[in-house]
Amino acid sequence: AEVEETFKRILAHKGVVGVIIVNFDGIPIRSSFADSSLTVQYCALIQQLAHKSRSAIRDLDPGNDLTFLRIRSKKNEIMVAPDKDYLLVVVQEPCDQP
Amino acid sequence: MEIQYVYTKKRAEFGRQCIFSDRPAELLVDIAPNPDALKEFVERDPVDRGVQVVQEMSEHDVNTERFETDSHGLNHAEGGWPKDVNAQEVEQVIRFRKKVEKDEMYISTVQTLGGQMEHCIKQNNAIDIYQDYFSDVEIQASEEPPSAKTINVFKDPYKDRGVAHISWYPDGPTKLAIAYCNTDFQRAPKDTSTESYVWDVINPNSPEMTLKPVSPLVCLEYNPKDAHILVGGCYNGQVAYWDCRKGSQPIETSEVSTGHRDPVWKVIWNQSKTGTECFSVSTDGQVLWWDIRKFAEPIEKLYLDATKKQDASQAQGAYVLEYEPTIPTKFMAGSEQGAIFSCNRKGKTDADKIVAVYPGHIGPVYALQRNPQFPKIFMSVGDWTTRIWSEDIKENAIMWTKYHQSGLTDGCWSTVRPAVFFTSKTDGTLDVWDLLFKQNDPTLTVQVSDEPLQSLRLQEHGRLMACGSQGGVATIVELSEGFYAQNRNERNLVNTIFERETRREKILEARHREMKLKEKKGGGGVS
Repeated sequence: AEVEETFKRILAHKGVVGVIIVNFDGIPIRSSFADSSLTVQYCALIQQLAHKSRSAIRDLDPGNDLTFLRIRSKKNEIMVAPDKDYLLVVVQEPCDQP
Repeated sequence: MEIQYVYTKKRAEFGRQCIFSDRPAELLVDIAPNPDALKEFVERDPVDRGVQVVQEMSEHDVNTERFETDSHGLNHAEGGWPKDVNAQEVEQVIRFRKKVEKDEMYISTVQTLGGQMEHCIKQNNAIDIYQDYFSDVEIQASEEPPSAKTINVFKDPYKDRGVAHISWYPDGPTKLAIAYCNTDFQRAPKDTSTESYVWDVINPNSPEMTLKPVSPLVCLEYNPKDAHILVGGCYNGQVAYWDCRKGSQPIETSEVSTGHRDPVWKVIWNQSKTGTECFSVSTDGQVLWWDIRKFAEPIEKLYLDATKKQDASQAQGAYVLEYEPTIPTKFMAGSEQGAIFSCNRKGKTDADKIVAVYPGHIGPVYALQRNPQFPKIFMSVGDWTTRIWSEDIKENAIMWTKYHQSGLTDGCWSTVRPAVFFTSKTDGTLDVWDLLFKQNDPTLTVQVSDEPLQSLRLQEHGRLMACGSQGGVATIVELSEGFYAQNRNERNLVNTIFERETRREKILEARHREMKLKEKKGGGGVS
């Protein structure tokens, strides 16, 4: 219920292309992408990357932890909000402000 | 002062066993300090000396042995599902998902994460990070220093052959056709392979296609209209053409009797309606036109005869041809004796066919090319210099480089920037000249290989240059941005340079003529 609401609210923002909720095993729990192979690809690649970045931060300073990960590319931006058990991945396209 | 110690031994005592013994040190020379020498020195006060307490490090680079790479794709399969859930079964997947979603932790986590995420999304929407701030300010000249980088190296599998000619694939920089031939007169060993190859730029390990002519190819050109057809000139004077789709044997070869009698040094495609005409030149002094559909006989023949009489015995052999597709009936040939012939194919009489003869170089002309943006200006490479000519001035070149240490073997203009041209030398260096930057010296000299560079070819876009060496190695060099970025004022500036030089030559010519007239008059008056 609230999950739905949150999901829809994020999707409604300007420029957002898709949202995926991934669990700690790399299984997509919910995805807004119609193409399931794309979802699986995102899950696999991003989960590994998030895990690696988290361990990098913690290696540098054991007291530190990863709060947010943003990957900006030429065409869009992938934002990853990590948690102990789940990952929220949002793909957004930058748009010119009116 | 010499310090010597002499020891003598009786001849009778030679060969005796050496008996070593200790003895105290003996003073040989004692040189006392000379206080007068001190007067020649002045004491330095204060002394400024730098000292650094830094770890001494040295830089060393190593080249690893070439390794073969192969690329293939990876298949991502769904994974991570717990053992009791079969990923293919839609029902089980849905059930699993529903179970997770009921978990309380899940709900609260998603809510917090959602909040964070929204913050960032709003941030993104507020400012466009990809905004181009200085798009209206044009870059006047490239900031970085000129450089060139070797990207790829193609080695000839057989030894003893040099790269005689390179031709880029007309539809983009993906393929290269390279003609290999040992051009030393009669020095090629008997069983030298006659093959030439088409290489794919990405794969330097093995050629994409092999071309098997009757005798080694000295030059090779892609048809600019049809990218599958290649025409090549052989060392024995024949001309042959291939179709890439049809295999390694030539589709047709010209007859030995009607063709050239010396190696065909250059073959160029003609601008014609059918797209099947080409013409070739050789050191036997003939320029022959061919239609590839009928290779038995040339369509037309022209002798490079400076006396304008089409006399075969007077003809000068030529190494290079120059042809500009926008001026279809005129062409130029550079001869072995150094003269440059400007010819008109459609001349009505024999005299008309050879329009002009430029004095050229001291030795054979190895390269000849018109400036792509200024067709009246052309450059020629020969002996140890590069000369730039204007079509109107027939006495002398308008600009020339100084005499280099090593002979020049090939040259070409840049296809993008009218002020830039390239030359290759026998010491293995590639020179890049930028007339707007420096006119006395090349802007950039790159040592491409240790062996003499025999041929070079710039790819149409102006970024990649292929150089071929005498050892059979073809290198692809990428030029820095400054050499292919177009500059707005460049055309005007280069035009001004050429016009100024042309005017100077005209004035000199006029002066010469005046002086000659005066001499004649003066001589006539006296006698």
